[in-house]
Amino acid sequence: MRFLTDLKADETVDLVYRMCPMHLLEPVEHIKDLRDGQILEILTDYDGALEDIPAWCEKNHQEFLGIDEDEEGEYYKLYIKKLH
Amino acid sequence: MKTVYLDNAAATPITKEVLEAMLPYFVDHFANPSSVYDMGFRIKDVVEEQREQVARLIGAGRDQVVFVSSGAEANNVAVKGMVLAGKNKGKRHILVSAIEHHSVLNSARFVERFLDTEVTFLPVDADGLVDPERLGNAISPETTLVSIMHGNNEVGTIQPIAELAAVCHSKGVPFHTDAVATVGSVPVNVEALGVDLLTLSGPAFGGPKGTGALYFREKTRLVPLIHGGIQESGRRAGTENIPGIVGMGKAAELARLELDQRANHVRVLRDLLVSEIKENISDVIHTGHPENRLPGHASFCFEAIEGEALLFMLSREGIYASTGSACASKALKTSPVLVALGLPPDLAQGSVVFTLSHSNTQEDIRYVLDKLPYAVAKLRSFSPVWRKKMAA
Repeated sequence: MRFLTDLKADETVDLVYRMCPMHLLEPVEHIKDLRDGQILEILTDYDGALEDIPAWCEKNHQEFLGIDEDEEGEYYKLYIKKLH
Repeated sequence: MKTVYLDNAAATPITKEVLEAMLPYFVDHFANPSSVYDMGFRIKDVVEEQREQVARLIGAGRDQVVFVSSGAEANNVAVKGMVLAGKNKGKRHILVSAIEHHSVLNSARFVERFLDTEVTFLPVDADGLVDPERLGNAISPETTLVSIMHGNNEVGTIQPIAELAAVCHSKGVPFHTDAVATVGSVPVNVEALGVDLLTLSGPAFGGPKGTGALYFREKTRLVPLIHGGIQESGRRAGTENIPGIVGMGKAAELARLELDQRANHVRVLRDLLVSEIKENISDVIHTGHPENRLPGHASFCFEAIEGEALLFMLSREGIYASTGSACASKALKTSPVLVALGLPPDLAQGSVVFTLSHSNTQEDIRYVLDKLPYAVAKLRSFSPVWRKKMAA
């Protein structure tokens, strides 16, 4: 798992307090609207996303860039680069 | 016997257009919008079209509206959901006005008892208004939400929400308003009001019972209360009430298109009712703010009379109204709203509220004005309090 800091995303999807499987459903919708090479930021407090999002990227041939945490340690930030 | 229904805040009939929009979704288009085949996709599209209609009624974006089962549910989610979210940041204080609907007041009492949260009940003045300066002074670094209703269902007062929300935002505190009484009655725009959360109810503007919605501003995070499936983007689980949502969407469209016309119609009738009652019946107080009030709302306290007794007398003439607070009335308690306005309990017992709709006519109002003075005089003739006053 790569830990990132201050990565600038092109779009953010805020899923904090929304439960499984929203972390897998909503990013799919948002990635559709991005151009190749753009970065999607996913905000979630669901621990399972740390495994699920990289696995989803591998299966769907998107690039998982890594994770960050918000300053208060309340939620994770996961980053995906759109490849196609 | 003629029937004059003036309790439209309690329930309104849905129009033929709303009913006809709903009917196909009970039988013909019954599929589950979460199903992954074309029948389900089509229903999902219909739900989103209705969301657009409801959002347009309040000047919001489609993605900022969550469908729920009632205004009460939306108020519960706003208060409890924000308190739960605030607890994660160590914030444990909320402010609500003293004249909120019970779905806000009792949610506040719930979080006070079960979620270790301090609650401040903000007082109001004699017209039912919250003082912005007093609100600002009551906010602390611990405050996680302020909830103040837009229009009061019992006394009709409309709060200066934009000003109150600005006070909260200057201190970094999210603001919720219960707009059940105003959406569909007066123009409501979430951007102009500056609110972060707003509650609305379908039946309040001609939609079916069992429908409501919560508006949330982008970046307003609240913890959902009903967990399960992926409905409402994970914000409210449970298979959607499709006929209800369609009915609410149609009612929202009609309310937006006819808003000014409906408001002007009921305002004229309301003004006639208020002026004639004040002129022809003695010892009666018009409650709430004299100008900043709901257009179809007329509320009074008749001295030396029980409101319930007057309702009974009126219902025998085919006139249907309310004491304003069904909960307090059924529990034989004095209305907490009227007490908060500073009315003596004896006078508050004489509360009667008329709420008009666009289907009411001038003939309806004339009929009430014809029957009401007799009913009041009759009840006062039995009243020892009245006799004592007259003797003095």
